[in-house]
Amino acid sequence: MKKIFVTAFFLSASLLASAAPADVPKAGAVPNMPRFRFENFSTANGLPDNHVYAVLVDGDRIWAGTNNGLGLYENGKWKVFTTKDGLAHRAVLSLALDKNTGDVWAGTMGGLSRISGGQIKTYTQLNSGLSNDVVYGVSIEGEDVWVATAAGACRLNLRTGAWDLYNERNTPMVEIWVYGVSATPTKVYFAVWGSGILEYDQKTKAWDKYEDPDGETELVLFKDQGLIHEITTSVSYVDHVLWAATYFGNSRYDGRYWHNFLMKDSGLPSNFTNAVKGVDANRAWFGTDNGLAYYDGTNWAVYRPSLTTHKPEMTVRDAAGHVTEIPVTSAPAHNYILGIDFQGKDIWVATAEGLSHGIFQPQE
Amino acid sequence: MSGQAHGRLRAGAVGGMLLIAAAFFAVALWTGDEAQAVITGRVGDPLVYPSPIELLYSPSGTQLYVLCNESDELRVLDAATGAAIKSIQVGHIPRGISLSPDGSRLFVTNTWDDTLSVIDTASLQVVAEWPVGAEPSSVVEDRAGKHLFVANRISNDVAVLNARTGAEEKRLVAGRGASYITPSPDGSRLYVTHVYPNPTPHRTAPESEITVIDTARAVVVDRIPLHSIAHSFHLAFSRDGRLGVVAEMHPKNLVPLAHLEHGGAFVDTLTLFGTDVGDKPVEVPLDELERYAARPFGVLITPDKKFLYVTSEGSEIVTVVDVPRLLRYIHTHQGPFAEDLSASGNYVVTRIAVGHDPRGMALSPDGSKLLVANRLEDTISVIDTHTNHLASTVRLAAPKQMSVLRHGEQTFYTARYSFQGQIACANCHIDSTFDGLQWDLEPDGFGRDIVDNRPIEDLKGTEPYKWNGGNPNLPTECGPRTEKYFWRSEQYDDLTLSDLVTYIQSLPPRPNRYKLPGYELTPAQERGKALFVRAVDKFGAPIPLTNRCVYCHSGPKGTNQKSFDVGTKKATDDSGLLDTPQLTNIALSAPYLHDGSASSLEEIWTVFNPEDKHGRTNDLTKDELNDLIEYLRTR
Repeated sequence: MKKIFVTAFFLSASLLASAAPADVPKAGAVPNMPRFRFENFSTANGLPDNHVYAVLVDGDRIWAGTNNGLGLYENGKWKVFTTKDGLAHRAVLSLALDKNTGDVWAGTMGGLSRISGGQIKTYTQLNSGLSNDVVYGVSIEGEDVWVATAAGACRLNLRTGAWDLYNERNTPMVEIWVYGVSATPTKVYFAVWGSGILEYDQKTKAWDKYEDPDGETELVLFKDQGLIHEITTSVSYVDHVLWAATYFGNSRYDGRYWHNFLMKDSGLPSNFTNAVKGVDANRAWFGTDNGLAYYDGTNWAVYRPSLTTHKPEMTVRDAAGHVTEIPVTSAPAHNYILGIDFQGKDIWVATAEGLSHGIFQPQE
Repeated sequence: MSGQAHGRLRAGAVGGMLLIAAAFFAVALWTGDEAQAVITGRVGDPLVYPSPIELLYSPSGTQLYVLCNESDELRVLDAATGAAIKSIQVGHIPRGISLSPDGSRLFVTNTWDDTLSVIDTASLQVVAEWPVGAEPSSVVEDRAGKHLFVANRISNDVAVLNARTGAEEKRLVAGRGASYITPSPDGSRLYVTHVYPNPTPHRTAPESEITVIDTARAVVVDRIPLHSIAHSFHLAFSRDGRLGVVAEMHPKNLVPLAHLEHGGAFVDTLTLFGTDVGDKPVEVPLDELERYAARPFGVLITPDKKFLYVTSEGSEIVTVVDVPRLLRYIHTHQGPFAEDLSASGNYVVTRIAVGHDPRGMALSPDGSKLLVANRLEDTISVIDTHTNHLASTVRLAAPKQMSVLRHGEQTFYTARYSFQGQIACANCHIDSTFDGLQWDLEPDGFGRDIVDNRPIEDLKGTEPYKWNGGNPNLPTECGPRTEKYFWRSEQYDDLTLSDLVTYIQSLPPRPNRYKLPGYELTPAQERGKALFVRAVDKFGAPIPLTNRCVYCHSGPKGTNQKSFDVGTKKATDDSGLLDTPQLTNIALSAPYLHDGSASSLEEIWTVFNPEDKHGRTNDLTKDELNDLIEYLRTR
């Protein structure tokens, strides 16, 4: 298998080398990338904690999973849920909305909580079938709650109350540290820290696995031939396209072809990526340790406080690699981006130092 | 033949006879002649009684629908004369009934079939039978005719169905024991009440809720907390929507049960909420010293908001409350009111004696008559709402003789045997099940041996009784012990005790919803069964016979009827030796262990089995433990 990859690598490399010059577009007008006015929330205006792990848009309501409670922003005010209200743990790492019922699910450092009609019910590894109390990711599809935990993945069927656990004993999972999950009617994808991407086919109930063809080396020998790295952190499956984030770059997979994104040859501000959220098959947002990035299928935009001056900064990189700075007056609260969600054309961003609301600014 | 099928046949066989008899009896009686139940002595053969549980007037007001809980039928009577028009066979043990907003369809929930019968009100034919959730107990259609909402008691949720096709679109999580749905007067919200308490930390006051659903969006938008309430039943709104009222039970299970003569083990209350009440719900008692209103069930507010009527199952009364006086009282007095036995004198107008186990009510279209369904007497009490006096009692066509089982059931449900008529067996065994609570019973001494209430279905062959196995048989369990420590009253006569025991022994197991059709096991259940019967642990070491699950939980009911110390003795327990509980429908009766300290089946082993004394389980992985629980849920 390795030989095939090596051969493929050299073939691809030579093809790319011959094709690259002719494909490079000439510099032209700056691509029209979305612009935002960022409003930032902190403890000063009611956010429970400035360290925000996750954000969830629920119509006009915004949920923020923080290091010290779950915040709900509604009608201009924050309401805070804590362990006193039944929340599993103060640190809320992940959030998901059950669009059918309106219930919100919160993955925490101490279990999984369901918030329904303002009341909280908590599932832990002791009182339920939950595989582990550290819940990094949660995603709802139909009657199933899919959960990514520090000890494998699991599924709670809301109709029967049955828990199914997925780990090294019944899936191709090598490591069991599951960081993210994206569930859809056809496929469920898991980002497994150190074990690549795991795929569950809802129809056939079969498992598949996607790994870095370079194995555990830090070298990228096989670009665009598979997942960029084994240490996956986030996954988003939309329009039958898989977007995968790792600490060493990101990937897009359409079921046949892989495309890798690295800082050196894309507009990514950093390879170290905490979160990815696809808009559709061609567009996605990336939360890195050096800012928020948007990819429209061709061009890139980065939104952040400047790494040097800390002043608001927006840069646009076109397909040719030309980078243009766009004058802006606001930026996300911090460069360390942990979570992303959309509210129409607006964007909400969870950062290590506050929650940011990017209000879309139409351009002439 | 299954009990369910047997019930259907019995119902079908007697249906025609009852219909003929109904016409004969009812015409004369409806107009006001007092009817007497015909009792010629108890007969041993099981007889099928209609057992009316809910009443509803037809849209035109010309017909009365009587939902018969035991005979599995909906009887249609002429509302003016009481003459029988038709008997419509529905599913097994129907509990809920409602009309579509346009009046064209009648819906009945069948609790043991898990189905919904749809009846065309013009033809009085069942036109559809749709599968729904576990133990559907009430149903409401939204005004847009888009959705049906069905409260499922066992699955603790509200199913949202397509109103045209019956296809289930989703389930909304309700509280535990979701049973009764009431729409707000404008139809924009649905209010769901629950017969079992929500889980709370061990030895804390029970909590329940009113689950509030946005009808148009079909999502839960609020949960109104009912503090200290364990069991709530019907809910009613005033026509202007400003006052909501819930009939409920407020147990005092955190103090020893010995104090029946010092204020009771329960408070029978109403929770009031809405604009007329204020920001927070207010709980008010119906009880008065020596005049208790045991187990409030049905509630109804007159259109002019002058009176509020409440049926009390155990006390066999309808309590009449003056609404303006009630509102004035709560606004001019400092609460809390719930345990104040002098409070109800300020707003209760009268208590009207009705029949055995009064349940649902219906107000005649002109408001002049209030009808009350007396479930265990097969009668309908007619109350004159101008005088608030009983005008007449109408006996539905039913067997003339009192069977042993019927008499036993009446004994189980009536509070007349307890001191001042405060409580009955059914206070803790809601609808002959359990209550989800833990009690401090007197025989073991105050503060000693806190015990979880066990279900009583399919009891035969599970003796001895009590968690310490101290009662060798049901006559001991239900006789002297109950009379002395619970009722604080004189003994039952021998026949009454015998009938009560016969009734309890007759309670069948409810259908197990975790079993697949055909009773084959899922792969997880199969794996769990293998763990249940295993003789060797994961390390290859033999598991001592007495430490295998299947040893103590043996036989068809999951008990070898012996006592063991499984390491769960608490400081308040006199002994660690405990009777092995049966496993029948074990998934439904959380919490677990003798004192209810395990909130879930998982906690029995993840928290309360550190030394592997409650079976060898600490070698199991989490997924294996899940498999074991999946198997247990099929028992």
